[in-house]
Amino acid sequence: MSATTQIPLVNYLVLGDTPHLQANECTSCGARYFDRRNACAGCFGTEFRTVDIATEGEVRSFTIVTFAAPGVPVPFVAAIVDCNGTSVRANLINVEPSPEHVKLGMKVKLATYSLGTDDNGVEAIGFGFEPA
Amino acid sequence: MADDIYILGIKMTKFGKHPDKDTVDLASEAAMAALADGGVTMKDMGILAAGCLMGQGSIGQQIQKQIGQTGIPVFNVSNACATGATALRTAIMAIKAGECDMGLAVGVEKLAGAGLLGGGGKPKSDKKEWTPGGRYGAVASTDGRIGTDAMPGTFAQVGMEYGHKYGGATFELFAKIAEKNHAHSTLNPLAAYTKRMTLEEIMNDVMIAYPNTRSMCSANCDGAAAAVVVSGSKLKTMSLEQQRRAIKVSASILTSDPWQEACQVLPDVNTLTKIAAKKAYEQAGVGPEDLDLVELHDCFATAELVHYDNLGLCEEGGAVDFFNSGATWRDGKTPVNVSGGLESKGHPIAATGIANIWEVCHHLRGEAGDRQIEGAKVGLAHVIGLGSACGIHILEKSALG
Ligand SMILES: [Zn+2]
Repeated sequence: MSATTQIPLVNYLVLGDTPHLQANECTSCGARYFDRRNACAGCFGTEFRTVDIATEGEVRSFTIVTFAAPGVPVPFVAAIVDCNGTSVRANLINVEPSPEHVKLGMKVKLATYSLGTDDNGVEAIGFGFEPA
Repeated sequence: MADDIYILGIKMTKFGKHPDKDTVDLASEAAMAALADGGVTMKDMGILAAGCLMGQGSIGQQIQKQIGQTGIPVFNVSNACATGATALRTAIMAIKAGECDMGLAVGVEKLAGAGLLGGGGKPKSDKKEWTPGGRYGAVASTDGRIGTDAMPGTFAQVGMEYGHKYGGATFELFAKIAEKNHAHSTLNPLAAYTKRMTLEEIMNDVMIAYPNTRSMCSANCDGAAAAVVVSGSKLKTMSLEQQRRAIKVSASILTSDPWQEACQVLPDVNTLTKIAAKKAYEQAGVGPEDLDLVELHDCFATAELVHYDNLGLCEEGGAVDFFNSGATWRDGKTPVNVSGGLESKGHPIAATGIANIWEVCHHLRGEAGDRQIEGAKVGLAHVIGLGSACGIHILEKSALG
């Protein structure tokens, strides 16, 4: 399947041979943001550059969600991953969702998975972090 | 030098299920009770500030239509779980600005049976055609795919992050915090739940978002609370009894979350609380060691732990040891949430930020009955609204008392 028939779950996920996340980095103070910006919330600067986020990181916090809004499959592990100084919000995937298997400080790496294909044959690709 | 501010009258309704009353009924009940408690009427009020987070935005005028339309300015406020504290802060600011000498603040919510708050969002069916939308160009709902949007998991991560930083924050420790609050609630007739729960019952309860089980989550319920505030100079013209029962507002602080790395990934409930606490202690001229009781925002057991640290009740990083010392039980050094807290008293969102002040005032007036903290002179009430807003009020017993 060629890359042109794929679409990322969110626009800051870059697909291709080495899938990774991208952020808008403030050129004045270095603050990083995953959404589009009017200005930097830290220093009010208005110049940004696109930067790639490290694909490996460490779990700084997590929860195992067993009760969620209708339509959200459970259980899943929600986490905050420290990717070389940039905090990323993601699910932990390819790991048993139990406190015995998910640990604070565990090393993880970015991984992608398919969300399915639409009527036009386009496949949506999501991301998470799996044990490194 | 601005005039001092006092709570003249304050009341909360019973928290719980009120199927026969709507938000206007509950808010009006609390407002009239607060006016009566202060020995004043709507005629004396120069401002009304009111909030109902899940409401339509004109709760203040709806209350007036039940209890008295006098033409005074109404501020309908909305600030997540800090809505009640924001209403109070608004009334206080009006008095401090010299626009009036008395004001009424009301918070109300009907949440009984509301279930999970936050999360889900607009249902986006995963089919037909992937179409990017929203600020992140998402082609499907991100709740459950990119972390969690719901409150239990969000605050679970707040507590777990503290544990990662300082250690010792186990599932059992968080459950013990809930055990304390449920034990405290047995003495509070206005609490939604007053059942003592064993540690085992709490840990074996339905898991919502590890490490928060159901009994470690704030209880959705109905309720309202209201407060009448007055300037110090006006209070001096009132009866000795009114002056004796008036509670001094030594500090009234509202903050929002300053930018921090990660704050747009996981809401930062720490920095704004630390800043608010520092300002409040400075404004009041008291320190955490002077507090006889604290009502803090235990929307989840995992949240209570971090606020021991944020409010300076313990040394930095020392919240686990502080709790384990027994300090926050009602017979401890710094009793925390002797009302039962949001986990058992309940959390009718916009009412919470005034109800916690009522609890503190109740003790400072020596009117708390079975759960009275003996000789209480100074107390602190804290709320956090996610997004974020933090309200802190420090209250002191009247010198006449
Ligand atoms: Zn910047």
